[in-house]
Amino acid sequence: MALKTEEMILNMGPQHPSTHGVLRLELELEGEIIVGAKPHIGYLHRCFEKHCEAMNYSQVIPYTDRMDYLASMYNEFGYVTAVEKLLGIQVPERVEYIRVIMGEFQRIASHLVAIGTYGLDIGAMTPFLYCFRDREKILSLFEQTCGARLLYNYIWVGGLSHDLHPDFIHQAKEFIKYFRPKIKELNDLLTKNKIFIDRTANVGILPLDLAINYGISGPNLRASGFKWDIRKDDPYSVYHKFDFDIPIGQGAMGTVGDCWDRYYMRVLEMEESLKIIEQAIEQIPEGDVTSAIPKRIKPAVGQVYSRVENPRGELGYFIISDGTVNPFRVKVKGPSFVHLGIMNELLKGYMIADVIAILGSIDIVLGEVDR
Amino acid sequence: MIYDFLFKITDSNIIASIIQSLLPLFIFILPFALFAVWLERKVSAHMQDRLGPMRVGYHGALQTIADILKLVQKEDIIPNEADKPLFNIAPVLVFIGSYAVFAAIPFSGAFIGSNIDLGIIFIIAASGFVVAGILMAGWASNNKYSLLGAMRSAAQIISYEIPTVLVVLTIIMITGTTNLQTLSEMQTGHFWNWMILGGPKFGIAKFIFIPFMIINFIIIYISTLAEVNRTPFDIPEAESELVSGYHTEYSGMKFAMFFLAEYANMFAVSAIVTALFFGGYQSPVGYVGNLFGIHWLIPIEQFFWFTAKGIFFVFVQMWLRWTLPRLRVDQLMTACWKYLIPIAFVNLIIIGLITVL
Repeated sequence: MALKTEEMILNMGPQHPSTHGVLRLELELEGEIIVGAKPHIGYLHRCFEKHCEAMNYSQVIPYTDRMDYLASMYNEFGYVTAVEKLLGIQVPERVEYIRVIMGEFQRIASHLVAIGTYGLDIGAMTPFLYCFRDREKILSLFEQTCGARLLYNYIWVGGLSHDLHPDFIHQAKEFIKYFRPKIKELNDLLTKNKIFIDRTANVGILPLDLAINYGISGPNLRASGFKWDIRKDDPYSVYHKFDFDIPIGQGAMGTVGDCWDRYYMRVLEMEESLKIIEQAIEQIPEGDVTSAIPKRIKPAVGQVYSRVENPRGELGYFIISDGTVNPFRVKVKGPSFVHLGIMNELLKGYMIADVIAILGSIDIVLGEVDR
Repeated sequence: MIYDFLFKITDSNIIASIIQSLLPLFIFILPFALFAVWLERKVSAHMQDRLGPMRVGYHGALQTIADILKLVQKEDIIPNEADKPLFNIAPVLVFIGSYAVFAAIPFSGAFIGSNIDLGIIFIIAASGFVVAGILMAGWASNNKYSLLGAMRSAAQIISYEIPTVLVVLTIIMITGTTNLQTLSEMQTGHFWNWMILGGPKFGIAKFIFIPFMIINFIIIYISTLAEVNRTPFDIPEAESELVSGYHTEYSGMKFAMFFLAEYANMFAVSAIVTALFFGGYQSPVGYVGNLFGIHWLIPIEQFFWFTAKGIFFVFVQMWLRWTLPRLRVDQLMTACWKYLIPIAFVNLIIIGLITVL
């Protein structure tokens, strides 16, 4: 007679060291094998979208900071791009350059957190601190420019809150010089570590058709082997002026679209971001960054959808204006929220230890999932 | 020797043996645990570009004592749904397991808890005792993470005992003894008499042994790492997966007992490796005591050499922990059953053949 067994329901989170915030996963286990996974969200819900309706357009910017708190600059960038499109205003070129520089620095900072915490999830604690050491340098640059380290309120509609610090260009160059060898060090420490490869290659394989069906974007989509980057395919700001590559997943250590590929995309993208920053600080024109800031933001009745390539993927803002100073509706399409939807498909058949590896490789920020 | 000395001053069997059995705890395990926790923090900090504890004492030297004081004051929380007797007994059992090991470890020629002939076998048996405590802790906590951690731990410790025992067997085959003191005495002289370099007997066999001994050493070191649940095999308490495995629900002094047992175990396995392969308490170069004819100095020197070698291997364990990621549970089993055990077996057979010839 066969022994009767039943599945164990394991509640992972919201207080768990590696659910990257307050995600709760309801796992159905058979021994250590996962039969089903159900993500529960909402533990960090702060009514961002509803709040926006009671704010005027520029008061929304600090709220966007608090969505994806690891990529605040880019959230502002996306929101401001949408409002400017709604208003139909042109901003000075210098402003656009500074936005791109800040956005790319933010991308590196965000990827450093993603990579560092991913190492931590797999059990390598030291690379995490190395990543944070380097991220600290970027945060210092931000702090010097706008006074804040995490939530900047730096990119304003039509301009910026402050011009660059006089020493910024020099320090940015220093950072690039400092950081290139560090990427190599990171590769030696973590990327090419045999145990790390064993843990991540051929785990959590995301086939391209599934990725497209679920609306995956950003590094996760590119890791599955599709060359799609809004910076190149639907250029905004001044991205068309820069020469950079879009790395895609090759399946170098296992299958295309596995955890290792998704991890490695971020390492490669840091390199590309450095390239963009290098070109931008060479070409940056002189000018005034506050001249185009409108005194009063009161767009005509209408609606706009605008999207940018956030460090995590496609960040879209859909704004409806009813002709008053407050937006009628601000809807956000956040990459983390979309990516979380695939957890059930990805996790099935893997082990508990792989949940952490897969969740970490998807790189979600709960602040943006719940908003 | 220690026993005779104690017997002389106390004139009582019982008091002498009680004192002798407590000696390793007070003169070694507790101070070592204090030192090792501090060392772990310092090693990790310096590897990670940090300073580590700096405030309490010189370079944080008293940090662990402060931590212990904090742990003693903490509330001892027992979950409502826990199986209370088992929950309370588990940390004691784990600690007993790792403490019993110290009975047979030869710290120096004059200081060995109990000079039993089956020394090494006793150590392996006593360290197997820990599994029971861990399983109890995991089951009694009534927490799914604890249970998973305990299951993994039991599977891991039991699997990795096999390569350990196979390696120990090869040593027994060469030396013909299971008494750790005799084993250490055999490796006396200089470092070329150590087992890792083929043992004390000179001849062709010694040089043939060397590569196999090095393989043996690597196998036993890896499997002892797994037995004490250190990275890359810290799967039972994988903090990013299982919060902290079987001791998730423990707080205060009970947690401290697990902690103490972990560090005691770290030294115990390093001591086994030292005794088997690196000459035990023998000095690699000779004794100052012999040089000047001060004979009471020799046991103290031996004690120094033994702890120095042991702490070196503990340091290597820490070094690995802060460098490597963690394996997955199936990869861990693969490493053990598909690689370590077959290699250890082949080694056993080859060394057996060489000894016979």
